[in-house]
Amino acid sequence: MSIVYPRILPTGDRALTVELGNEIDEKINARLMGLIKTLTDQRVKGIEEFVPSFRAVLIHYNPAILSYSDMEKIVNAALSEPLRELTHHKRIVKVPVCYDSQYGPDIEFVAEHAGISVDEVIKIHTSTPYLVYMLGFQPGFPYLGGLDERIHTPRLETPRIRLEAGSVGIGGGQTGLYPMESPGGWRIIGVTPVRCYNPDKDKPIPYKAGDHIKFTAIDRDEFERLREMDLRGEYEFEVED
Amino acid sequence: MGIVFNKGGLFTTVQDYGRMGYQNLGFHVCGVMDRHAYWVANLLVDNTDREAVIEFTICGPTLYFTSDTVICITGGDYDPKINGEKIPMYTAVKVHKGDELEMGFCKTGTWGYIAFAGGLDVPVVMGSRSTDIKCRLGGYEGRPIKDGDEIEFLSSVKSLPLMKERRLETPDYGSDVVELRVTMGPQDDHFTMDGLGTFLLSEYTVTSQCDRMGYRLEGPVIEHNELGADIISDGIAKGAIQVPSSGQPIIMMSDRQTLGGYTKIANVISVDIPKLAQCKYPQKVRFSKVSVEEAQRIYNMERERLMLLNQRFIKKSLRHRLFNHWKK
Repeated sequence: MSIVYPRILPTGDRALTVELGNEIDEKINARLMGLIKTLTDQRVKGIEEFVPSFRAVLIHYNPAILSYSDMEKIVNAALSEPLRELTHHKRIVKVPVCYDSQYGPDIEFVAEHAGISVDEVIKIHTSTPYLVYMLGFQPGFPYLGGLDERIHTPRLETPRIRLEAGSVGIGGGQTGLYPMESPGGWRIIGVTPVRCYNPDKDKPIPYKAGDHIKFTAIDRDEFERLREMDLRGEYEFEVED
Repeated sequence: MGIVFNKGGLFTTVQDYGRMGYQNLGFHVCGVMDRHAYWVANLLVDNTDREAVIEFTICGPTLYFTSDTVICITGGDYDPKINGEKIPMYTAVKVHKGDELEMGFCKTGTWGYIAFAGGLDVPVVMGSRSTDIKCRLGGYEGRPIKDGDEIEFLSSVKSLPLMKERRLETPDYGSDVVELRVTMGPQDDHFTMDGLGTFLLSEYTVTSQCDRMGYRLEGPVIEHNELGADIISDGIAKGAIQVPSSGQPIIMMSDRQTLGGYTKIANVISVDIPKLAQCKYPQKVRFSKVSVEEAQRIYNMERERLMLLNQRFIKKSLRHRLFNHWKK
């Protein structure tokens, strides 16, 4: 059975799914973000919300304003436009992380597993920006792509019951951070002192799907200083736009 | 000017239409489980269709009024009483300062609602007053109501015009088999013909594993084809019927996670989600297929019916307010 992409699938009477492919791929994700940008810019009355994922977007709409066939036409028209690939427009949000073993209880395990030093793990982990494919699992939890194979590390056999908010970890071939306190099975290599989940802010989450996250290494003094700053509500994420 | 909860009840929260517009960041929509009961309760007391209400389940709250207002109770039957006397549901009722409203145990349905004319004064967080229990966000301090909690009203409304006409029929939750209409997809192509037939022809039982996040059902196994039960995770709509490899359906409700990796065979239509919400163990349900166009027609008919009623009250209320203003 061969499936032709893109395809539009009904998802109840007030949403539809647009799939752009069937794999986790940076190009497909970039096209998806382009489609969302095109539709967002059109400000179509009746479209309520976009929920992007790796290779699909769920579009919520109001059936009192738009019918399914209206929506099909709108999406097909947007798909037939040359899709804006957002690759040359990279928004990079920098997230400071303290990799000290006090915060990263598993960083030595990751180093041993990779057969390299802790410093090298930090160097590799902070060397490239990671694409945010999508956010989910909990508010602000980024599904990041592009972790260097050298530091891929299997998950814990038994997940920890409580991870501190801001914990940064590696789970198999993925890296990411837990914006909220939660249970979790990833190898924790550090903690960010600044809140990546803050419902009191205009933008409760500093990054969105399609952005990149770059981790920067900080020491314990800087950790304390930035934490204080964030608690006073004065911390602003450094962004390369 | 408001209410004090003498008893919080088992699981009582402030909810509204839901927190829309933040699913892309991973925020749950939350909001009421039964939008029909919610809409009707607000409509009968002249609130907008987005006003916050009190939602409760299994054992309802007891509350004390510190000012006059008009309320409407909808959803499951919790045998509501004011100062020990039974009051009607799906009806606007005047209450006075010092009155005590007691909700008992659930007799029919699952979720109960109280709407207050003038609305509840809890902070709006990211566009909504709904409680997100998991994120401890919104509603009353992001948590269920406890004994002794107090909520103020946004405005004081002592009475409304046409009080006698402010009533609607109470839905019947008592049928042997509840019929849920569904639209097929998005992943109905992951099932065998037999699997699709099983899904549409069998009865399923609502299990005791049901909460604001989802309802687990039990019945004949729905068979997947070679494409299997797992997909690359994508967005989940309310009422989506997930079928994991066990072949047993799970229907996603208000507190559902924003993304999931199980196949979704079909989606309960908007108008029927309230019927499902009010089911409990061991209610039997059956699915019947409708087209998306049909589902949208049914939705719009229901909406127009309620809007007409709403307009009648609102027009009268405006005249009433203008008249009172002129008298002063």
